[in-house]
Amino acid sequence: MQEVLAYKSPEILADTPTHFCPGCHHGIVHKLLAACLEEKELAEKSICVAAIGCGAFIYNYVLVDSLEAPHGRAPAVATGVKRSSPDSFVFVYQGDGDLASIGLAEIMHAANRGERITVVYVNNTVYGMTGGQMAPTTMVGQKTTTTPGGRQPELDGFPLQMAEIMSRLRGVHFAARVAVNNIKNLKKAKKALLRAFEVQKLGMGFGFVEFLASCPTNWRMTPVEANERVAGEMIPYFPLGVLKDAVAEEG
Amino acid sequence: MSKIFVKGNEAIARGALDAGCSCYFGYPITPQNDIPEFMSTALPKAGGQFVQAESEIAAANMLLGAGACGIRAMTSSSSPGISLKQEAISYMAGSDLPGVIVNISRGGPGLGDIGPSQGDYFQAVKGGGHGDYRQLVLAPGTVQEAYDLTMLAFDLAFAYRNPVMILGDAIIGQMMEPVRLHRRKAQDSAESESWRLEGFGKRMPRVIKSLRLAEGTLGKHNEHLQQKYTAARRECRHEEFMTEDAELIVVAFGSIGRIAKSTIRRLRQQGHRVGLLRPITLFPFPSRALQDLAENGKRFMTIEHNMGQMVEDARLALCGLAPCGFYGHLPGNLPTPDDFEGPILKEFNSGT
Repeated sequence: MQEVLAYKSPEILADTPTHFCPGCHHGIVHKLLAACLEEKELAEKSICVAAIGCGAFIYNYVLVDSLEAPHGRAPAVATGVKRSSPDSFVFVYQGDGDLASIGLAEIMHAANRGERITVVYVNNTVYGMTGGQMAPTTMVGQKTTTTPGGRQPELDGFPLQMAEIMSRLRGVHFAARVAVNNIKNLKKAKKALLRAFEVQKLGMGFGFVEFLASCPTNWRMTPVEANERVAGEMIPYFPLGVLKDAVAEEG
Repeated sequence: MSKIFVKGNEAIARGALDAGCSCYFGYPITPQNDIPEFMSTALPKAGGQFVQAESEIAAANMLLGAGACGIRAMTSSSSPGISLKQEAISYMAGSDLPGVIVNISRGGPGLGDIGPSQGDYFQAVKGGGHGDYRQLVLAPGTVQEAYDLTMLAFDLAFAYRNPVMILGDAIIGQMMEPVRLHRRKAQDSAESESWRLEGFGKRMPRVIKSLRLAEGTLGKHNEHLQQKYTAARRECRHEEFMTEDAELIVVAFGSIGRIAKSTIRRLRQQGHRVGLLRPITLFPFPSRALQDLAENGKRFMTIEHNMGQMVEDARLALCGLAPCGFYGHLPGNLPTPDDFEGPILKEFNSGT
């Protein structure tokens, strides 16, 4: 019987155990990212700007030239990278605390300037690395270590919907929200990511893909429960879909 | 070589361009606005990139990004803005990244005023941000020097893969003087070839970071940084004026050094044996020069436009070899040579 290769891992994805908790979606996003970079033949010219938090260690897993940015500053660092090395393919990997809280100024202005970079934004509604504190994306009522009674909008405000905010900026040429909680969504996520890469490749402008992700450890859930929460609680408030696609609009 | 008549701020911008700087990231703040304004036209014309960032924080992080790509880049600001840049400077130091930061400092603390001051000496030479690191600090005393030292700053930043600061003030930044220009040079891309990011291409991927979690690695890295700072001592620069037969040496840097020089010239005419030592590198501090003079029996005093900062480094360098007095001029007004006459004479006479 002839052996058929059914699956091949991307070459730039490190063949190593990750530090991620069981059921965490970061690993899936990493793999998707690596696959898309290879599919578009961008890996060799890529510069990844890693942020602070669980996703900071992306450079241990997605093996491309990488740079560490201070907390929240990745879009500014990436601006310096892309402006000084315009031939490089530059992507940023940020979590929700990094991007939507401490780094709100940097993400807004990099997007508004239409920097030719791609932002991969992983939203799991909680600060993961530091042990589960409230994030700017924490759902109303969600219990965290700093909202033990659940997030109260009258005190803590509402979860920020970054993909929608990004899509309204003129410098943004692609904005989408995706999830990796099932195969169907994973396929759509890949399509969106490839599209965001295309926007940079064509030199059009800023691409933004928000990934809804699980954090079983800090949600105090099993991996299966956490995966179900993405569909049951997150997607209704953070609807999936392509919010802006200038490639399609401009034909 | 052509000669132009410009403000110190413009001389710094021109020095950067002539040193092969191709990216500038800034944010408006007085009294350094001439730098981004000049760069916004001149840099794109020279084929470079100018970005007015959303904040000083972002500007410094853009500098970090360009530095990681091995590109000669600069940011500039003034005191309150320099405070905001400290986070990125610490990361740059921790990641062995080059970059030039200009501080045309003003009076503080807080919003202070927009007049000249040397209140940022400690911040500049002792690290400024978190962690155990240093940046090289150059303090121009003339507009020509502002131009020359900016060119030097880029060479040092890449030679040591470390942030380098130009520490000026509103006097240096806003004063006009003739400047003799050098031939513009393009950056030699070989200077960053062995470490810069550009996509892995046919080599192994590179990672530039300051996070070192594995047992022992951070300690080792700190050791490496300290060795770098020790090696940088060879870059010590200073100017001496009438020190040979002087009994009292005034130690003063930047614009204050130059004002003190006028006072010393006047006191010499009156027959007082006083001289000047003007540190040009503030880190590394020209300790050896002070020690040599002390061994020849000189006494010292620092004159600063602050309430006593460099005097600590001077006393540390002298380590009891000779006494070192201090006169501090308050921020908020421009000192004249007259202002320093009394304090220098008082110190001079106290030892006789």
